[in-house]
Amino acid sequence: MSTASVQLPRWINYGAIPLINLVLAFVCSGLVVWAIGESPWEALQLLVAGALGRGEGIGFTLFYTTSFIFTGLSVAVAIHAGLFNIGSEGQAYLGGLGAALVALSLDRYVPWYVTMPFAIIGAALFGAACAAVPAWLQAKRGSHIVITTIMFNFITSSLMNYVLVHLLIVPGKMAPETRTFLPGGQLPKLDWLIAMFGGKLGAAPLNVSFLIALVMCFLVWVLIWRTKLGYEMRTLGISPSAAAYAGIPYAKIVMITMLISGGLAGMMALNPVMGASGRLQIEFVGGAGFVGIAVSLMGRNHPAGIVLSALLFGILYQGGAELSFDMPSITRDMIVVIQGLVILFAGALEYMLRPAIVRLYQQVAGGR
Amino acid sequence: MRPFFRNKGRKGEALGLGSASEPAIELVGIDKKFGAVHANKNINLTVAKGTIHGIIGENGAGKSTLMSILYGFYQADQGEIRISGRPVAIRDSQAAIAAGIGMVHQHFMLVEDFTVLENVMLGAEGGQLLAKGTSHARKELKRLESDYGMEVDPDAVVEELPVGTQQRVEILKALYRGAEILILDEPTGVLTPPEADHLFKVLRVLRDQGKTIILITHKLREIMAITDTVSVMRRGEMVATRTTSETTVEELAELMVGRRVLLRVEKGDAAPGNVLLSVRNLTVKDSRGVVMVDNVSFDVRAGEIVGIAGVAGNGQSELLEAIAGIRKPTSGEIWIDGKPAAGIDPRGLRELGLAHIPEDRHHMGLVLKFEEYENAILGYHRDPRYGRGYLLDLDAIREEAEEKIAKYDIRPPNPRLRTANFSGGNQQKIVVAREIERDPKLLLVGQPTRGVDIGAIEFIHKRIIDMRDAGKAVLLVSVELDEVRSLSDRILVMFAGKIVGEKSGDASEQMLGLMMAGIAA
Amino acid sequence: MDYFDILISILGSAIRLSIPLLFTALAGLFSERAGIFDIGLEGKMLASAFAAACVAHLTADPWLGLSAGIAVSILVSLVHGFASITNRGNQIVSGVALNFVAAGLTVVLGQAWFGQGGRTPQVPAQGRFSPIILPGADEIRSVPFIGPLYANVISGNNILTYIAFLMVPLSWWVLYRTRFGLRLRAVGENPGAVDTAGVSVAWLRYRALIVTGFLAGFAGTYLAIAQSAAFISNMSAGKGYIALAALIFAKWKPVPVMFACLLFGFLDAFANFMQGKSVPLIGEVPVQIFQALPYILTCVLLAGFIGTARPPRAGGVPYTKER
Repeated sequence: MSTASVQLPRWINYGAIPLINLVLAFVCSGLVVWAIGESPWEALQLLVAGALGRGEGIGFTLFYTTSFIFTGLSVAVAIHAGLFNIGSEGQAYLGGLGAALVALSLDRYVPWYVTMPFAIIGAALFGAACAAVPAWLQAKRGSHIVITTIMFNFITSSLMNYVLVHLLIVPGKMAPETRTFLPGGQLPKLDWLIAMFGGKLGAAPLNVSFLIALVMCFLVWVLIWRTKLGYEMRTLGISPSAAAYAGIPYAKIVMITMLISGGLAGMMALNPVMGASGRLQIEFVGGAGFVGIAVSLMGRNHPAGIVLSALLFGILYQGGAELSFDMPSITRDMIVVIQGLVILFAGALEYMLRPAIVRLYQQVAGGR
Repeated sequence: MRPFFRNKGRKGEALGLGSASEPAIELVGIDKKFGAVHANKNINLTVAKGTIHGIIGENGAGKSTLMSILYGFYQADQGEIRISGRPVAIRDSQAAIAAGIGMVHQHFMLVEDFTVLENVMLGAEGGQLLAKGTSHARKELKRLESDYGMEVDPDAVVEELPVGTQQRVEILKALYRGAEILILDEPTGVLTPPEADHLFKVLRVLRDQGKTIILITHKLREIMAITDTVSVMRRGEMVATRTTSETTVEELAELMVGRRVLLRVEKGDAAPGNVLLSVRNLTVKDSRGVVMVDNVSFDVRAGEIVGIAGVAGNGQSELLEAIAGIRKPTSGEIWIDGKPAAGIDPRGLRELGLAHIPEDRHHMGLVLKFEEYENAILGYHRDPRYGRGYLLDLDAIREEAEEKIAKYDIRPPNPRLRTANFSGGNQQKIVVAREIERDPKLLLVGQPTRGVDIGAIEFIHKRIIDMRDAGKAVLLVSVELDEVRSLSDRILVMFAGKIVGEKSGDASEQMLGLMMAGIAA
Repeated sequence: MDYFDILISILGSAIRLSIPLLFTALAGLFSERAGIFDIGLEGKMLASAFAAACVAHLTADPWLGLSAGIAVSILVSLVHGFASITNRGNQIVSGVALNFVAAGLTVVLGQAWFGQGGRTPQVPAQGRFSPIILPGADEIRSVPFIGPLYANVISGNNILTYIAFLMVPLSWWVLYRTRFGLRLRAVGENPGAVDTAGVSVAWLRYRALIVTGFLAGFAGTYLAIAQSAAFISNMSAGKGYIALAALIFAKWKPVPVMFACLLFGFLDAFANFMQGKSVPLIGEVPVQIFQALPYILTCVLLAGFIGTARPPRAGGVPYTKER
């Protein structure tokens, strides 16, 4: 028996360890900033001020947070069933098509609150459809879902490219994008939410999908820890042989889980497509699907943790954009570095510090 | 079963206990802790050169840890290892090999899609390029073959060889590396009796050629049959060393468990009722298409325990899994309480009144990362009593878990504790409580006491007999012949996927042993 | 242009496009056969492209550029090893993380050092690997069929192209004819067998990852200073993933890897050629189909519809000694 089997209190497992890993990721990022001749401390201040300083900044931060909650939930749901869905990016992309088709067909006739439920369903359905093939291949043919979802990111990208360039493009225009939706196809901004705290939303695209994301967090929590389906997913995720013994149907659970995961990723599209730009644009996902991996790992696959880590990445994205204005030598790609380091430390190196922490804990707890 | 070989000739001088013969290996004060677990406590052991020395003990007694220390898998916290009188530091397997130690692991350490030759060469290739080493290895393999009578085709792919031959490759690997001391960890667990006999023959030849052999096992019969001397381990301690010819099975058994064991369980006569399980012409193939259960038919009645005896790997596991719905039968019929049950999934079978204590609680019966109460509903989680509709009623689940914890004396009595943190016996009680408390008609039981402490064994045996007395049908699979004999009212013997015979519960060990070997019917 | 000329031009372009795939897929071959999944090929390619472009720009020496590319790629590989071998982390997560770090860091450093939005400055001609005209290419150009094939497809490539094709038999030889190869294949199937044979699993896997880094370094270098003349942000554009697809498509074997890469390179070249052209009766065929084809083919293969692709048994599983 080694330190691996020692049970640590929840606050260490879910609080201290992720936090330490996060600090490590930031220290490394700080070193990069320092290496290119800027002050990490100053950069951090600019970043935080840019993200949280004004109402508009907060609005942008929460706008990014919204997208990351959806993709983070998408990754987390799959992980609970032992499936690593790297395809949230592609599923969100196809989800955008679902949302856009609903918006394009309804926006002339009905107000936004009528369009919204259909758009949610449309986005979720298309996202789920994109996850369905890899799910089926895993469930029935045993094809490794990591590989197939990666492949489907590229397949979706080609497909959407074709759809936008050849089918949905506005005739006579150069940009491969749909027409702008009428107000009936757009999700309203959340000015009142920011106003409640005395700020002004300004040009920030924070919109109703933020609230949808929070509702989804609650629903995912219920699903994983309070439903029979969630119990079956977790059993399968931890021990496929115990699941077989318990009569939990492997193929069915894999399919359902991936459809839910894909659906959540698809709903992410509501935020940029119907909430911000009001049209379907090429490559609108912009890596949010991959951020979802970091968000889920960082948030320990728990909806509450996902909200917090999505907020963290929202701050990074918004603050990083502001930072690159103030410090031109630091480009926005710094966020991608930080994101990578967070995945590295919170995900791949999660066990690095555990033995030391266990020993420390045993010393402290044993000394009591 | 096998005759007790009384080794002639060399034996007298080989008795290493303080006699003049040269020690091949000495362990002095070996001590090893894993966290809170004290796996080896101040172990002292001397094995004379050219002898077969048995180390016997229950699961978890610390045998494997000790051998892993000897083979460099772990470092002892304290103590010294001496080979041929000289102290050696064994930091890794390489050092162990250099010191002339070879090990045959319980789970073979073979690369399955390599040839025999490639497996033998691995780690001892004789140079950066393979070409030269290959021809040398081929010649050397030929020599070992003729010296020790271990024929094997060097170009055969390992995964296509029978288990006994794979084990031979493991031994050849060690000999190829010039091992003078050979450690075998539970070598007969996966062998058929003829294969085991062949292994013993090889081991004797090796000993007579001067090799030293350490045999780790928990089977007393093997110790008596093959070893010259034997040491007994219990709870991390080396409690005794004996000359095999001067000890008895009873003495060793008592040393192993620390007190006299009652190998027979108190039980009254069976009162068989209706047929509750009926199996007809059942055939099961494994994932590679090999027939594991071959046209098997039998009945189990209410109020009786039917035991299935057999050497591990003769189809018992597959039979149990097929009846439990985990494995799809290739052909044949299963009837539970008069209803067709073949091809129904485990959930549907539970509704028919089947309960199943699986052979492997770590991988099937429990989800070790779950909290105790979560495991208390595994397989029954769709039952309305644990929540209506899609939701789980956690309060009801935890309440019931606490009741079972009290009734089965599961310790510690905490339904929120992670299952992995319970001892083996308490883990098994969690499974037993879950399956028995559902009041099934038919109970399938696989290896109910594997890795379980004595106290819990008695408790679990008693529960199984209670089930029988309450008019349930019980089908028991165990590789422990003693367990099958003491619990069963009828015994079916499986060999090579077939039921080769049926005996009453008081059939003699000898008779059952011959049947398990496929010799008598 | 007659059809033969078109074919020659597509073939030439297919070869050029398949070279980075070939280096990368062979790189992946070594780590995956050793039991370490490597999603991070893309990142290694990108990091080495950046390093090669920087050094070639500064020194005007392609070989120094190549050395830098290899060194950086090996460094990334070692980080992957540190996470997945030493710390037994999730290999896929580690690969994903390193892809991000590489994608971000190349641009951040590029912008900080050169201020051209993440691009590196143009590498001078003498700092690049330029095409080599093989002897006799011009003389036999006029010979029907063989002439153009020799002059335009076989000749006229840069040195890295020829090295790439040499790497195929070399990889085969290393895997199947050397002690290192035997152990590497063994550790990907059953690390326990290697460990008990007295060989360090960790060190063996690290060495496999070093080879992976070495080969991926060529791929990045090829992108930056053979195929183009500078580093451009995200210039690998998913080639690391196509290489991964090719590796799977080739069932983790060196010679089939070459054919898979040539096929995927050909599809890419064909897509470029078909851009905007219309086919009689069908009309314009969307190039996206050709772009997606490598991925679709790999999925079909993974589904077991055309043979089975069995990955190394121990792949993706961190090695822990059993008690």
